[in-house]
Amino acid sequence: MKKFINHIDDILVESLSGFSTAHADLVSLHLDPAYIVRKNKAANKVVIISGGGSGHEPLHAGYIGYGMLDAACPGHVFTSPTPDQMLAAAEAAHANQGVLFIVKNYAGDVMNFEMAAEMLAFENATVYTSDDCAVVNSTYTTGRRGVAGTVIVEKCVGSLAETGANLNACKALGDKVNQRISSIGVALTSCTVPAASRPTFDISDTEIEMGVGIHGEPGRRREVMREADAIITDCVDAILADFKVKNLTLGENNEALLLINGFGATPLMELYLIYNVAAKLFKQHGINIARSLVGNYTTALDMAGASVTLCLLDDEIKQHWDSPVHTAALRWGC
Amino acid sequence: MKTTFIMHAAKEIQQTILANENTLESLDRAIGDGDHYINMKRGAQAIVDIETELAVLSPEAALNKIGLKLLSTIGGASGPLLASFFMSMGKALQSHEGESHLKIANAFAAGVQAIIQRGKANLGEKTMLDVLIPVSNQFLLLAQQNSDTALICKGLIETAELGMLATQDLIATKGRAAGLGERAIGHIDPGAKSCQLMITSVCNLILKS
Repeated sequence: MKKFINHIDDILVESLSGFSTAHADLVSLHLDPAYIVRKNKAANKVVIISGGGSGHEPLHAGYIGYGMLDAACPGHVFTSPTPDQMLAAAEAAHANQGVLFIVKNYAGDVMNFEMAAEMLAFENATVYTSDDCAVVNSTYTTGRRGVAGTVIVEKCVGSLAETGANLNACKALGDKVNQRISSIGVALTSCTVPAASRPTFDISDTEIEMGVGIHGEPGRRREVMREADAIITDCVDAILADFKVKNLTLGENNEALLLINGFGATPLMELYLIYNVAAKLFKQHGINIARSLVGNYTTALDMAGASVTLCLLDDEIKQHWDSPVHTAALRWGC
Repeated sequence: MKTTFIMHAAKEIQQTILANENTLESLDRAIGDGDHYINMKRGAQAIVDIETELAVLSPEAALNKIGLKLLSTIGGASGPLLASFFMSMGKALQSHEGESHLKIANAFAAGVQAIIQRGKANLGEKTMLDVLIPVSNQFLLLAQQNSDTALICKGLIETAELGMLATQDLIATKGRAAGLGERAIGHIDPGAKSCQLMITSVCNLILKS
């Protein structure tokens, strides 16, 4: 393993310190328990807090700032943060209108946020993101995983919260946006958890992992490496099938947001190539790609690979996607 | 149960986890995300680190403190689940008078019940509960039969082993391996393995003393 590390136990704190210093105009860092909070605390609004294991940067701390999150709780690499972090973050960010947690749907994250929600003295609610359509038979499992679509949920809910909307309205929009997103990821290589010092899974040069999660957890199936067109066609088909299952119609009049997300070790050049293929395919199915985002927004350490996310827009979602945002990783309109 | 015993057990558990680094890590790399060993190691170390604080507490309070410490240290799914176990076990010990195998078995069962509730899981889902539920049932049964300490310990070691091995043939419906479908078959669940290791090491500690 070759990584930029001083001491294995210090990587998280050193990285968080770097992040908060680099973006000192936007955020401040608190340690023991660890949370990152928005610099200019809002006076009177629903506070949006997310969090999860580290290794997915810029998720979540990179989305703290005007129009998105108020605080984020980073856990150890690929490990959920703990309730004391969420309680301290909520205490620091609270702005008299309650707290909305945005949580990716993994057993660990759900349980830790659930315990925090039970202990929290303020009014609170939780939106669980579950956009990954790779997990099949979800009725019988803990359910679908939250992946890159989480960024879209955080953006839209954060935007609504800035307008002074109440906790119920923010929760309702979060649930609605989550329901209208489908994602699927493909890995070309494994990632290496620094403390484990070796790749999470073995995969040869001629194989890909279709439906991989953002922790390098195996997906639907191991497949033979093929040309980009063939791989992305399978991703697009999986998403279209998922929209069918969700009873969401995708037609000519429907606008959608297409997000091509890199997992950390795939160059932007390839991500744009994927975008080119995916956008063409969706258009062939009559979908109007009205908004796009391409880049590394929900990573899996140093995994090579990418995910395709489609979000079915409506006027409300489009308005909140377009509204001004000023965070370390997303900034437009202000 | 005395606080000094709880501390001995904690150190024994830590040694067992450290000695099984490769086993736990490779099981979790196969069907999880490879961090189970690191998290368990961090949790065990955190408990050993607060030894002096624990030493002055009653056994009930010590178990509760262990739970709270694990809750703020481990993270992931193991954190809240193990925390719920120890906190509920401490609470259950407090509410019963006297000192008997049955009292401890009941407290253990209360801890397992807390995991069932927190994790919304049950037997056969390829999780730690595939070890904990049979062990808890066997513990209650042996205690009700007034079995001696050695018989109980041996019985629980055996039950834990069977429960752990049984996860090999299961499809996971809870936890991170749930996305794998049939591909999880053939792999022992890492959480079940670490629970079996912990139970076995505590039982062996009792058998030795």
